[in-house]
Amino acid sequence: MQRREALYGLLFICPAVLGMLIFNLGPILAALFFSFTKYSIITKPKWTGLANYQKAFTEELVAQSFGITAYYVLVSVPLGIGLAFAVALLLNRIKGAYIYRTAFYVPSVVPTVASAVIWLVILNPSVGLVNYFISLFGVKGPGWLIDPDWATPGLILMSLWSIGTGMVLYLAGLQGVPEHLYEAAEIDGARALRRFLAITLPMMTPTLFFHLVMGLIASFQAFNAPFIMTRGGPVNSTYYISLLIYDNAFRYFKMGYASATAWMLFILVLLLTFLILKTSRSWVYYEGRTGGRF
Amino acid sequence: MVGNIRWVLARRRLSTVAWHLIALIGALAMILPLVWMISASLQTMSQVVSFPPSWIPNPFAWENYPAALTFLPFGLYFRNTLYVTAVVIVGDLMSNVLAAYGFARFRFWGRDLLFASLLSMLMLPGIVRLIPTYLLFHQLHWINTFAPLMVPAFFGSPFYLFLLRQFFLGIPDDLTDAARIDGCSELDILWRIILPLAKPALATVAIFSFQASWNDFMGPMIFLTDERLRTVALGLHSFRGLPYMNSLYNQLMAASTVMVIPVLLVFAFFQRHFVQGVTLTGIRG
Repeated sequence: MQRREALYGLLFICPAVLGMLIFNLGPILAALFFSFTKYSIITKPKWTGLANYQKAFTEELVAQSFGITAYYVLVSVPLGIGLAFAVALLLNRIKGAYIYRTAFYVPSVVPTVASAVIWLVILNPSVGLVNYFISLFGVKGPGWLIDPDWATPGLILMSLWSIGTGMVLYLAGLQGVPEHLYEAAEIDGARALRRFLAITLPMMTPTLFFHLVMGLIASFQAFNAPFIMTRGGPVNSTYYISLLIYDNAFRYFKMGYASATAWMLFILVLLLTFLILKTSRSWVYYEGRTGGRF
Repeated sequence: MVGNIRWVLARRRLSTVAWHLIALIGALAMILPLVWMISASLQTMSQVVSFPPSWIPNPFAWENYPAALTFLPFGLYFRNTLYVTAVVIVGDLMSNVLAAYGFARFRFWGRDLLFASLLSMLMLPGIVRLIPTYLLFHQLHWINTFAPLMVPAFFGSPFYLFLLRQFFLGIPDDLTDAARIDGCSELDILWRIILPLAKPALATVAIFSFQASWNDFMGPMIFLTDERLRTVALGLHSFRGLPYMNSLYNQLMAASTVMVIPVLLVFAFFQRHFVQGVTLTGIRG
């Protein structure tokens, strides 16, 4: 009976496990192998050892690309988390927040290609909506997406348009905070700020932690918006790593070199995740639980 | 004393109004780009580039829509996208229902470790997989077919798997045990007992699957170069890339509107499932 059960179980999960091997683990390992070769699809991969990595570490464009990607990630992720959390806190204390919640969430379902096209026009420095609203305050808006200094900020601004998913996560988290904690604190005379710092914030740290990790992973691979809106420009100011990888692989057919930079990104993300995981013990509060969210 | 209470109440009401005001302004700011998209799609080009921007089209330039949608064969792109999306939804549902049932209902050695490894795939940056996956499909001569977009759906996806398993775990064992004693086969139990109970979870998966497939840009761009195979996302990108597009913003917005509307409709009808999906798993975003 037990053997039969095991057999059935394995049968049911078989496609998913195959999928993991064929479309996830396999390709990741294959990319590692290719990263040590010179490979242009037409010819067979030729083992070149660490040459790709050596080249990547000396090429200025790669360093620059990692740098601006880090800039984009380090600004957009905390801003996105902060705003999503703030909106959730706001809507959590309003009665009839349903309609607001919908309004904040809707942009997150808009296809990225469409939102890229919309924002391309909205961020237009001379006729766009954003600079129009800035001009209402008597200030001349910057040259979003056209000025190298303002291209990444433009993309960051646009990324904030999809804070809705995070907001829904936080709203769910906030509803899970037991009411009696607040009641007890109120009896003890704790003011709003104190209640927030002592109850709400600690109770929300697992969600914040989760959002942080997933947000970092996603943002490090930002592709659609920079690809469609700026194509990495102006003067490479939005030439994020994913664009560099794409160009090397599918424009110049340097599959080996592209795989090496992809793996460098992978290791960077892995290290960061590991670091956050390590520090999480000191700031993430797990109620009666040890270990992660899964 | 009474005056004091009145003062406190008045202050409370005032702060409620203030919070509503902030929420309202934020909500308007979020919606504005979409409102503008629709408005601009109906304006003449001279109105679109006028400053300050105007919100009400004058005149209503309905001709933007047929002009935009026939300039490139968007009808064809829609058919392609619908076909791919439909197959992907079926694939995602089939593979993940089976796997989720397997993980939720059967005990076998290494099950939890296997499940954890599957879930950890969510943390792998997709861009690292991209090149070998492309090479694989290239070897199979699947480039310029829909297969690279559809076939992987039949091999599970950690996000949907997690969502469905969570749901299946909540269905009491007694129901299925009784059926098993009556001699139902495992597939019978899944089909006749579990799935009817799991309709909300299935709907959530179907909706997310629809959304992901409809929105996918990188996949079609890399695997499809034949213009007749383009999806709507790819078509919109190509439309945008036409050299004189800077003078056709209104048509560009018309094409965007047409791409966004189906997603908005699905969202309007199934809003509950979106929210459920996000909160049930805590993933996405």
